[in-house]
Amino acid sequence: MIRVVLPSHLRALAHVRGDVELEVEGPVTQRAVLDALEARYPMLRGTIRDHVTQERRAFLRIFACSEDLSHEPPDALLPDAVASGAEPLLIIGAIAGG
Amino acid sequence: MSGVRVLVGTRKGAFVLTADGKREHWDVSGPHFAGWEIYHVKGSPADPNRLFASQTSGWFGQIIQRSDDGGKTWTQPGTPPGEPTTGPGGMPKGESNKFQYDSSSETGKPLTTHQFYDGTQHPWEFKRVWHIEPSLTDPDTVYAGVEDAALFRSKDGGKSWQELSGLRGHGTGPKWQPGAGGMCLHTIVLDPSNPQRMFIAISAAGAFRTDDAGKTWRPINQGLRSQYIPDPTAEIGHCVHRIAMHRSRPGVLFMQKHWDVMRSDNAGDLWQEVSGNLPTDFGFVIDVHAHEPETVYVVPIKSDGEHFVPDGKLRVYRSRSGGNEWEALTKGLPQKDCYVNVLRDAMAVDSLDKCGIYFGTTGGQVYASADAGDNWTPIVRDLPAVLSVEVQTLP
Repeated sequence: MIRVVLPSHLRALAHVRGDVELEVEGPVTQRAVLDALEARYPMLRGTIRDHVTQERRAFLRIFACSEDLSHEPPDALLPDAVASGAEPLLIIGAIAGG
Repeated sequence: MSGVRVLVGTRKGAFVLTADGKREHWDVSGPHFAGWEIYHVKGSPADPNRLFASQTSGWFGQIIQRSDDGGKTWTQPGTPPGEPTTGPGGMPKGESNKFQYDSSSETGKPLTTHQFYDGTQHPWEFKRVWHIEPSLTDPDTVYAGVEDAALFRSKDGGKSWQELSGLRGHGTGPKWQPGAGGMCLHTIVLDPSNPQRMFIAISAAGAFRTDDAGKTWRPINQGLRSQYIPDPTAEIGHCVHRIAMHRSRPGVLFMQKHWDVMRSDNAGDLWQEVSGNLPTDFGFVIDVHAHEPETVYVVPIKSDGEHFVPDGKLRVYRSRSGGNEWEALTKGLPQKDCYVNVLRDAMAVDSLDKCGIYFGTTGGQVYASADAGDNWTPIVRDLPAVLSVEVQTLP
């Protein structure tokens, strides 16, 4: 079971509280996790990745295990601790506005 | 007893203000979508309980919200949580936020670039929905004006959107360029007497009209004069801020341009300036009295460099002669130390007798007049900066 932590605005959109738990089939990559997230919560389509280009939105970052994975290839394997559910995948809205 | 519902979009959420026909006591609900920019909220004339909202964010992109109960509850059309992600026939859900520019071969044109700030050609990139215009007759049909400038239509209540690409494809698209606020299609006016005709306006390209329900378009900017472009009378390039129409006379249009208040008596074929005795003819909003088609309202703003009202006084100006002769309406509005702006979608009128006029400010006030502008009172004073105001007159 993969755990994903969403920013509060996206939790509100998806009508969820706390972490999201997802089953991911096959290799656990950023793309696989986001595909599973959007399949379960279709209202999040376009909010993390652009609807058309599938590029990560510029002001969102993806962290796990104290590492910034935002610039990792979308098909790179996520850390084992994420794949096992020991650590969450964090989707973070960049802090801006002073 | 009849009543009114005022739909307010702000920098940090939407608010719904309701009152009975006296318009003296108001209930305020909100913020809906707290923390998000709400560019526009508008109700369907065919079903007043159906509202559409444009919810947007620099972080999370564009969300379309719909209410079918007058703003009490909201959903993203077609995307209920926990349900299968495809509908009958395999149609994917979760498409209500997808605004994909048409690049199909059917258009016959590579609709890929417009002029950028530095003069180079730049690809169209979807950013947000500025304006939502529900059909006058069909509650499932709604139009969206977007940045980068294009017109989209949904025929399924906002679940999916298709571009009316004839607008970008009519030939001048590569010459369009963004204004300071981006290259946005912010005004959509539907002709109540002719479902084939609609008007749109783009900053900074100008005004356009279709006479075949959006298939083909023509610029309607003759008579406009803009000193800030190389050819002040060019076919396109004008920074139109807002167009208003009275439904009884759809051939007569009023325009607040970047500078200049304009009027056309032939559906935009030719414009003439009617700024007259206004203290400044820069501004954003313009609207028409619900029962008097020659009574027009604007809120003059000092200049494009100083986006606030002149002399520290918030004054609505009313012309009862279709322009040129304007009177200041000040009763109930702050007349000292006021430095707010009133943005292009932030004025609306109800259709009660007497006509109610409403506008919102960047200072978070929403003012109402229940007597056509003679007297004003604030409905609310301390909202986030107001981006849009719409009014529904309820039976």
